[in-house]
Amino acid sequence: MAALDAQATADAKAPVLLRTQGLTRRFGGLTAVDSVDFALPEGEIRALIGPNGAGKTTFVSLLSGRIRPSAGRVEFDGRDVTQLKAHARVARGIAYTFQITSIFKAMSARENVMLAAQRRLTQGLLGPSEERLRAEADAALARVGLGSRADEPAGALSYGHQRLLEVAMGLGLAPRLLILDEPTQGLSDEEIAAFIDLVRDIARQSTVLLIEHNMQVVMGLADRITVLDRGAILAEGPPDAIRADEAVQRAYLGG
Amino acid sequence: MSGVLALLGGPRSAALHLGLIAVLAVLQFVLAEYHHIAMSRILVLACFAIGFNIAFGYTGLLSLGHALFFGAGMYGAGLAAQFLAVAGPGAFLIGLAAAIATTLIAGAIALRTAGVSFMIVTLMFAQAGYLTVYYFGAYTRGDEGFVVDATMRTLFGLALNDATVRYWIALALFAVCLVGALAVARSGLGRVLVAIRENEERARMLGYDVYRYKLTALVISGAMAGAAGAAYGLLFGYVGASFASIQYSILPLLWVLMGGAGVVLGPFLGTLAMFYLIDLTSGVTTAYLLVVGLALIALILFFPKGILGTLREKLGARGASWLP
Repeated sequence: MAALDAQATADAKAPVLLRTQGLTRRFGGLTAVDSVDFALPEGEIRALIGPNGAGKTTFVSLLSGRIRPSAGRVEFDGRDVTQLKAHARVARGIAYTFQITSIFKAMSARENVMLAAQRRLTQGLLGPSEERLRAEADAALARVGLGSRADEPAGALSYGHQRLLEVAMGLGLAPRLLILDEPTQGLSDEEIAAFIDLVRDIARQSTVLLIEHNMQVVMGLADRITVLDRGAILAEGPPDAIRADEAVQRAYLGG
Repeated sequence: MSGVLALLGGPRSAALHLGLIAVLAVLQFVLAEYHHIAMSRILVLACFAIGFNIAFGYTGLLSLGHALFFGAGMYGAGLAAQFLAVAGPGAFLIGLAAAIATTLIAGAIALRTAGVSFMIVTLMFAQAGYLTVYYFGAYTRGDEGFVVDATMRTLFGLALNDATVRYWIALALFAVCLVGALAVARSGLGRVLVAIRENEERARMLGYDVYRYKLTALVISGAMAGAAGAAYGLLFGYVGASFASIQYSILPLLWVLMGGAGVVLGPFLGTLAMFYLIDLTSGVTTAYLLVVGLALIALILFFPKGILGTLREKLGARGASWLP
């Protein structure tokens, strides 16, 4: 328990990067996200888990601005961003990588990442030089291990590599908060192991919010876990506490 | 120097596009009179198509209302020459400004929609523009149109009814539009436009204000269409409602599809090919539209991405370096 307390104290000290208050989204009669109060301290790796249909993707879509909330507010870095459109939130530092691989298939892997870096490096009407952009893109590709495939069309990459390209695009944005929506879905065990190392590396610069089904990944990576069930937070805490939580086991872990 | 080369898409692309402009410059000395005049018209209309290609080919915006922008340029220039006695570059600039303003207003509204709705809304805007020409029939003389007075058709003292002057001006405008399109296609802006065409939601989630980029593309597109319209009216001296009709919204689409959408050189080749296809077949048969229709069907079967688009695909990476 002493270790847990120390962890809690450390969290309390880190400034909160993202906070939601009463965040709600209804689709007709269905309340997909139900009055969620959520806080994510800077520098943390947070896993968001929950059974299918728990509202995880809806919740992060509300964070990234892809959909509008029915009620409640989202604060990022101390500012209310509830009214900001998705692209403006990306500019503030909230990056979202898609659950279903969403890349520019006809473009090379490098161009995909160049697009991610270009907006960040554009000031007014002046864009960055082509050399600078290529260097940024190649650095991001190297970090995810795709350095040798920069010139290949993104659509020709294997599925696992396309997932990594998604992450490289996220890195190209140099976000303060990187939201990864089921990043390891469809990856081999070997690829997953490399992915865990990669996320740890990313977490040194960015806060990470991870939706994940693979418990090995969740337990191995997350500083804390938030369990969502039927649109509401069921439990929240460090991995060991979540593993031991009875309500979580009933709802999700099938214990 | 390397900056200029990059602007033109690298050495191969620069050589091809500047080479074409050079060939066209020399060509006028060997062309027979009929083809000489035809080529001046093709060069101006190609500017219209190049503009259309920025919206449709690069950004994926299928507008069915570009006649509005072409017409705004033509009537802006023509009416200024006719009623305000503004000649030469002044009339052209008024036409260009009219087209940009029209695109900005119509685009800002039409871009609230997407896909089929966008096609319908742009079509409706163009129809409204077409009917406006009739509404002000006292000035525009509607269908019949009006002939721009020869005294107004001058540029820095040069008479625009001189065929050689006309060819040079048409070529100059074409060169500006072609190099402009090349620069857009090869710039960061062009990369974002293609990204929006390929996957709009992803582009948005990379932080791009998609609406603003689409409007920018549409305004560049409308400006080129308007420049073509203004030049056409001033160079050939006739302004009529048919140029604002639905036909002139469909024609640039056909030219671009034939030459290759999303290829800088596509619109010119498409305009040239379509012009001579109609010209040659209408000399042989009155059913020339049937031949044109069959040619379009053959095109879709064998060159689904247009002549140059399909060629570029076949050439792979080498194709992309010649044909951005």
